Amino acid sequence: MVSDGSDEMPRAVKILIAGGFGAGKTTMVGAVSEIAPMSTEELLTEAGVGVDDLAGIENKRTTTVALDFGRITLNQQVILYLFGTPGQGRFWFMWDELAFGALGAVVLADTRRLETCFPSIDFFEKRGVPFVIAVNCFDGATRYDLKEVREALDVGPDVPLAMCDARDRESAKEVLVTLVEYVLSKQPLARATM
Amino acid sequence: MTAGRDNWVDDEAGPLVRPYAMTRGRTRPANSDLNMITLVVAAKDEIDTVTLDADYVAILELCHQPLSIAELAARLDVPIVVVKILVSDLIDLREVIARNPTRDVRVPDMKLLQAVLDGVRRL
Ligand SMILES: Nc1nc2c(ncn2[C@@H]2O[C@H](COP(=O)(O)OP(=O)(O)OP(=O)(O)O)[C@@H](O)[C@H]2O)c(=O)[nH]1
Ligand SMILES: [Mg+2]
Repeated sequence: MVSDGSDEMPRAVKILIAGGFGAGKTTMVGAVSEIAPMSTEELLTEAGVGVDDLAGIENKRTTTVALDFGRITLNQQVILYLFGTPGQGRFWFMWDELAFGALGAVVLADTRRLETCFPSIDFFEKRGVPFVIAVNCFDGATRYDLKEVREALDVGPDVPLAMCDARDRESAKEVLVTLVEYVLSKQPLARATM
Repeated sequence: MTAGRDNWVDDEAGPLVRPYAMTRGRTRPANSDLNMITLVVAAKDEIDTVTLDADYVAILELCHQPLSIAELAARLDVPIVVVKILVSDLIDLREVIARNPTRDVRVPDMKLLQAVLDGVRRL
């Protein structure tokens, strides 16, 4: 039996760090995690379908998809996990499990190739996962103002958008605060406790 | 995957022989609601190293404090699905206690969200 009652076990919550290839996902996880980012693997058939049943798997060609994640023990009751999402489209099955129970997501936007974060935005919009956009300011990239980025990404006016440096702990922390405040503000009874 | 602690799997065999062997024919977790952030903690102070297989003992040794399925998979260097199967066995053996995150995310827990906010502000 798997308990979800209120015993002494802490609870785990999850935030996803998404964005295109090389957008700084692993860097951001590492900037705030209390442990060095860990990597784990899930099996995947050649067709890109996830494995939740090992029956007959010896005969199938499989590869693995790597996920990296970090951990922040917020207090004795709550452990926050940050999961970087796998970039390639054929790993969508993994996104379903990642999104399950996720509090919200950070979409890292790399201004050198903004379009690479469109699939993440589409996914979270469709799933109703609240997300914020963090514009990762890479050296040598053309600076855009946030208004231009918002227009280019075509996200709703309520979606928070901020500049960040994924390497910087304070900056990454600010992004997480923005996300959780946003998630709270979307709750019907939020006002009283904010 | 890399073959983990004992590297007896040759490249020809592909990445699946060891995980399949580890689950000893079990093909899916009996507890299907285990997920990557299900927290697992040992239920007993002592580990029964005599009757339990080494793979179970390895999990129990890590779980003297609550750890997620994802962390177990990373530490043991095996795929998540394999850890789910082994943890599921350990639950049935009453060797571990597991706790899932809030079952229905559409019923948000304001106290939990507030605790997360306070926690990330303190980072
Ligand atoms: N200048 C600058 N460089 C960054 C920033 N964030 C990440 N980088 C660098 O960009 C490179 C890619 O960062 P990663 O964190 O590996 O990106 P990723 O999104 O995890 O990449 P994949 O997992 O391969 O998709 C690394 O060399 C980082 O050091 C940033 O905010 N500013
Ligand atoms: Mg990465």
